[in-house]
Amino acid sequence: MNKSAISDWVLFFGFAAAILTMPVWLAPFGANYPDLMQKFAIFGVFAIGFNILFGLTGYLSFGHAAFLGVGSYTVVWSYKLLTMNIIPGIIFAVIVSGIFAFLIGYVSLRRSGIYFSILTLAFAQMSYNLAYSVLTPITNGETGLQLTLSDPRILDSMAGVAVTNSVPNPSVFGIKTSGLPGFYICAVVLIIGFFIALRITRSPFGMMLKAIKSNQTRMAYTGFNTRPYLLWAFVISGMYAGLAGGLLAVTDPLAGAERMQWTASGEVVLMTILGGVGTLVGPVIGAVVIKYFENIFSSFNKSELHQVFAALPDGLENVVVSVTSMFVGKGWHLTLGLMFMIVVIFLPGGIMEGVRRVGRLFGIGKPKTLKPASVATTEQGQANG
Amino acid sequence: MSKKKAPLSTWTRRDVLKASAASTAIAGAPMFFSRHAYGADFLNNPGDGKTVTLGFNVPQSGAYADEGADELRAYQLAVEHLNGEGDGGMMNTMQPSALKGNGILGKKVEYVTGDTQTKSDAARASAKRMIEKDGVVMVTGGSSSGVAIAVQNLCQETGIIFMAGLTHSNDTTGKDKKANGFRHFFNGYMSGAALGPVLEKAYGKDRRTYHLTADYTWGWTQEQSIIASTENIGWTTEQKVMTPVGAGDFSQYIAPILNSDADTLVLNHYGKDMINSLTQSIQFGLRDKQKNGKDFQIIVPLYSRLMAQGAGENVKGIYGSTNWHWSLQDEGSKAFVKSFGAKYGNPPSQAAHTCYVQTLLYADAAERAGTFEPCQIVSALEGHKFDGTGNGPTEYRAEDHQCFKDVLVVKGKDNPSSQFDLLEVVEVTPRAQVEYAPDHEMFAGGDLGSCNNGA
Repeated sequence: MNKSAISDWVLFFGFAAAILTMPVWLAPFGANYPDLMQKFAIFGVFAIGFNILFGLTGYLSFGHAAFLGVGSYTVVWSYKLLTMNIIPGIIFAVIVSGIFAFLIGYVSLRRSGIYFSILTLAFAQMSYNLAYSVLTPITNGETGLQLTLSDPRILDSMAGVAVTNSVPNPSVFGIKTSGLPGFYICAVVLIIGFFIALRITRSPFGMMLKAIKSNQTRMAYTGFNTRPYLLWAFVISGMYAGLAGGLLAVTDPLAGAERMQWTASGEVVLMTILGGVGTLVGPVIGAVVIKYFENIFSSFNKSELHQVFAALPDGLENVVVSVTSMFVGKGWHLTLGLMFMIVVIFLPGGIMEGVRRVGRLFGIGKPKTLKPASVATTEQGQANG
Repeated sequence: MSKKKAPLSTWTRRDVLKASAASTAIAGAPMFFSRHAYGADFLNNPGDGKTVTLGFNVPQSGAYADEGADELRAYQLAVEHLNGEGDGGMMNTMQPSALKGNGILGKKVEYVTGDTQTKSDAARASAKRMIEKDGVVMVTGGSSSGVAIAVQNLCQETGIIFMAGLTHSNDTTGKDKKANGFRHFFNGYMSGAALGPVLEKAYGKDRRTYHLTADYTWGWTQEQSIIASTENIGWTTEQKVMTPVGAGDFSQYIAPILNSDADTLVLNHYGKDMINSLTQSIQFGLRDKQKNGKDFQIIVPLYSRLMAQGAGENVKGIYGSTNWHWSLQDEGSKAFVKSFGAKYGNPPSQAAHTCYVQTLLYADAAERAGTFEPCQIVSALEGHKFDGTGNGPTEYRAEDHQCFKDVLVVKGKDNPSSQFDLLEVVEVTPRAQVEYAPDHEMFAGGDLGSCNNGA
């Protein structure tokens, strides 16, 4: 094995260890409860898959949430019709979203740049509206697709699973997939997904994708037909998104149309850019940061802030609380927007660039200070939030 | 950009096998240790702790954010009263009551809040945070039936009590009813049953209705209920159009109404959607029109004072129904309005009222049961009869966990005396008129299932 292969192994095992020990090291952040860790892992899968398209080929898809939704609906239908075991559902989710991605990709990839982005956005919005109102018998519209006692569950009833008075939970060979076991299932899928993404990035196919990003015209002149490569990258990342959507339904047997909304597509773009486009670990970090803000910052309320700042004198405390309360609770978008602005302006390569700079600081010993955030960015951030 | 040349194929099959075996082992190990993490006899048992935590899950953004904000105020007031602070509000008027004003079962009440964003996913994520991280014994909230049903399902699955806030869909206690879920608020069927006779008296027996309906469980069931009720008095239904929640602009839906044969518009909208659709209907001049020789009329089956405030002048003379209104003169309502007004400076909305009452009812049930165990609380609430909470004698029916009580038919006031005095109560429809059998066709198909303690 050569040196870069060894460093890949180090990266992989480091990543796996970090993911699997999440329940331990997330404790000080108040984020070590199963539902949030599941979200970290699931959106990690989503972002890794998105990065295969956006990071490697540079094609910015604004419609990946459509595949997320398709994955969720597929798994819930598999629960309803076949079995509460998650394995068939997950397999179907990947296949169906792959087919879906092939169809959308085949059309969208006839254009590049902004036209490609708009096409994918249009397709996603179309899927969202279909799921929201037109296909109500399949998707149950706004209410969301849910399990009921009267679902057929053909395989389960053939296997003689006793019908009880309560809706069964999804499981994998007797282990319930909610709570902590659910997190470990998502974590294993994330690690496998990361491994595959690592292999794709280092493979000749990955080289092709990177070549497309650096200069597609030159590729075409040298005799390569780039479209099949692009289509495959699109399908693979669509399958990752479908897998993530399926996992959402594994940990929580429900599928709603809002998963396909353009905001969800935008979110994965944010995750990838925030973490670092084209890096392997970056998208996962971005997913963790955004989900952390969404779940933890949005839960702070004024009485909790009063407790935090209780040490301050009363008048000052009220001022501090009323200022900070703008940034937590329902104002969490504002904080996220600010942070996004700061990262994009000062660390165009995302959080991973920050990590590299800090690494250089210690590793090579070439001091390089980071610019502090100025007031101007604060205002821009507010406009964005 | 890395200039390093990527290694092409350095992994042998054996490497891959080794790696996958290793990662499976690492991944499997913690699962082995953590499967039976909960040792208590029910989920989130506060045990010997000095406090108990409740989860308030309301929309703080989206089309129903105004209602959510008012619900949160009511919850905070209820917590104060339960802990013996403030003037006690309805704690003094509720009959029977086991509440002592020293928290619940001697434990101080604390609370956590969350934003449902009026989305099922976000609401469930937020409820899960409360259950898994904050250890709540009860989740309450709502303001969208889709969200309420999703969270009720979650509470049933995990084994936590869900006290529904503002949710008006028939399905919440109909086909989606759950043993761990309880609803104090009224529903679409009751609105229809209460509105029917009043509309007949006001607008006659011969009208053609045009429905604009929010496209989700609440809109569907309310539309169905109103149609059943209006067709019962001889009206016909011209057209039914679904509109997305949070649409903002309804002009594209309103223009076709002018060209139809309908002479009555039914707006099955709520929150900001209702404010927008009603305002735009008025701007399009619908109410100045004559159709079929009659004045064009608009009906808003589910009304609230917050919406009336948002729509301003436009609500004048428009009929609707409501669960409760702050102008009621019974002791419970007066006590609640007084303490809410003293704390926040404005009267409570119907959403605030139902959330406040639900919190007290939960606390009372826990006191009577002597435990926070969900199944015990379910039996304490089932068939529970109480009074003094603003709606007259009320009963939690055991068959579907729906409260049965009087319903108010209201109308937008022509000459409001203050910015809050926007609705007048036209009729208090007695409970008997809005009651239905548990297996009524609009509520059939569901099953409470058995209660879940979650451990």
